Amino acid sequence: MKVLTLLEAVTDGLRSEMAADQSVVVFGQDVGVEGGVFRATAGLQKDFGESRCFDTPLVESGIVGAAIGMAVAGLRPVVEIQFCGFALSAFNQIANHAARIRNRTRGAMTAPLVIRTPYGGGIRAPEHHSESIEALFGHTPGLKVVVPSTPHDAKGLLISAIRDPDPVIFLEPARAYRAIRQQVPEQSYALEIGKAKVEAPGDDLTLVSYGAQMIEARQARAALAAEGRSVELIDLRTIYPFDAGTVVESVRKTGRLLVVHEGPQSFGVASELIATALDKAFDALLAPPARLTGPDVIVPLPRGERHYLISAEQVIAEARKVLAYEP
Amino acid sequence: MGMFECFDPREGKILSLLDESGTLHAPPEGFPLLGDEQALTAYRTMVMARAVDEWALSLNRQGRMPTYALNEGQEANSTGALMALRPDDWFVPAFRELGGMLLRGLTLSQYYLYWYGNEEGSKLPPETFAMMPIAVPVGSHMVHAVGIAWAERYKGTDRVTVTFMGEGATSEGDFHEACNLAGVWKAGVIFYVQNNHWAISLPWEKQSASPTVAEKAFGYGFEGVRIDGNDIFAVYAAVKLAAERARRGEGPTLIEGLTYRLGAHTTSDDPSRYRKEEDVKRWRQRDPIIRLERFLLDREILTGEDMRTIRDECVTWARESFEVVERTEDPTLEDTFRYLYRDMPPILQEQLARRKR
Repeated sequence: MKVLTLLEAVTDGLRSEMAADQSVVVFGQDVGVEGGVFRATAGLQKDFGESRCFDTPLVESGIVGAAIGMAVAGLRPVVEIQFCGFALSAFNQIANHAARIRNRTRGAMTAPLVIRTPYGGGIRAPEHHSESIEALFGHTPGLKVVVPSTPHDAKGLLISAIRDPDPVIFLEPARAYRAIRQQVPEQSYALEIGKAKVEAPGDDLTLVSYGAQMIEARQARAALAAEGRSVELIDLRTIYPFDAGTVVESVRKTGRLLVVHEGPQSFGVASELIATALDKAFDALLAPPARLTGPDVIVPLPRGERHYLISAEQVIAEARKVLAYEP
Repeated sequence: MGMFECFDPREGKILSLLDESGTLHAPPEGFPLLGDEQALTAYRTMVMARAVDEWALSLNRQGRMPTYALNEGQEANSTGALMALRPDDWFVPAFRELGGMLLRGLTLSQYYLYWYGNEEGSKLPPETFAMMPIAVPVGSHMVHAVGIAWAERYKGTDRVTVTFMGEGATSEGDFHEACNLAGVWKAGVIFYVQNNHWAISLPWEKQSASPTVAEKAFGYGFEGVRIDGNDIFAVYAAVKLAAERARRGEGPTLIEGLTYRLGAHTTSDDPSRYRKEEDVKRWRQRDPIIRLERFLLDREILTGEDMRTIRDECVTWARESFEVVERTEDPTLEDTFRYLYRDMPPILQEQLARRKR
């Protein structure tokens, strides 16, 4: 075991798969010599050579498009889009080609590529650097969308994403990159995509979140525990295909559900999870399922970002409301 | 300077070998020449493509075929190009490359099946065809070709990649990204632009202020050449040279094949709204099949009788192939769900089960 940040765990996962599989190649803007603007690919070019980890010009669409070609030709490309706001320049390639090539060719071709990109607010960054666009990808048939919240999961899920036979959008919570340190196994390990994790058990309320928002969710759970309230905390980990079973099972036990995420409310992940809970656990519900999400607004620049982000206090307050509800 | 130095598009030069009268002019030194047997293969392929189009148009008018994009007048481009390549070289088409597809061994019934509206028509195992499926979002597929070429070099093969597009596609941002990446990576790609003069209703003059497509290549650090795209000999020579160059690791080439879309954009389009019939008539004189027929007759490779026989065979084949298509089962409900992921996730299994009820 070694103690790693989430960022270091990403590098460790890349390194592990690059060592194991010659078909894994890593590229994107500034990922080679510089090792990435966040340093997620630090040292990879030095250790694996320029043919395995290299810089590209400023071509988001070209990066993803070329990765599709490489994947069809048998490689396992892992590309970095510097910030998820810029992934929209490649959305045509992602949604119209990567997500569709298997279906278009009736399984004759696949595009097993990984698009890594930091997402989310709280890093005091310029416009387009702080969005949470997981719902856009989750709403696109043919993609898998993964969001780790811990170093351990980041490594294991990234390894799974690289080995996955289908395209995976791997959203890395920028705010959590260096915020959390954790024991991570030295060896390679794969965590199943499509499985949520019950991070801490509880009986009174099911609290679901993912990514950097898990930081406040954990704080809220601890605070509520001090008040004698038992919260079951679930890290969704995969946005699509999401783990309805784990969420529903928990809601059946607690009867109360609160979903918290940074991304905008309307047509978001929380809406989908709540609809699923209503569909499959309606009879077990003791309170209306609630969502606490980013509003349907543009993420403000740093001076106004506090108006957007969700604090632990807000999670606690919302959780208290759901807990206090009496039919 | 490169192999196309005598055909610099910036000086108005165009590579042309077989003229409209069917006379073959000697190519410059070192330029490969299509042999008699190959010319015959090219002819059969192009006549086949024409017959396939004509029958598809007729089927569309009969209400038996949905929207169909015609190749009429452009057949020499992909036919000549694919003849100049190895069977294992990658082929990344747009959607007017029927000649090339037939040379790749795609069955006519599978081709028709795609246009008939069944995804099985695009089931193209790479190990069999080394060919990407038809790309509908115009201009978005050339970056795939650059990635494929990069992958082949990484794997240590000498397979090259040809990708086709229309002149309209060169306005798309991905054309720029593809050319730029290919230039930087010295990728083994041939960008073959079928300049058929019309992007649906938009003529080249309104598509770009650049006098030619070919000269755009120089801005990306590689060569571009303009050729007569209705001249099977010129297409063959240019693609062969570009492929040899790519195989030697010398990077990409852009070939602008001057051709003309004799028919409508698709069966849903009416070109009389935006272009003059005289222009179309002028281009009919330059039909790639007619001039090849003249050549084959002059050289006594084929007789008029042989040509009628070939045409009849092609028409019969087209009709029989479409009958196979009409007898093909439609995709099932399961097929609609089965190919999104290798393993169907529970959420899709559940949605499928609901649809079945």
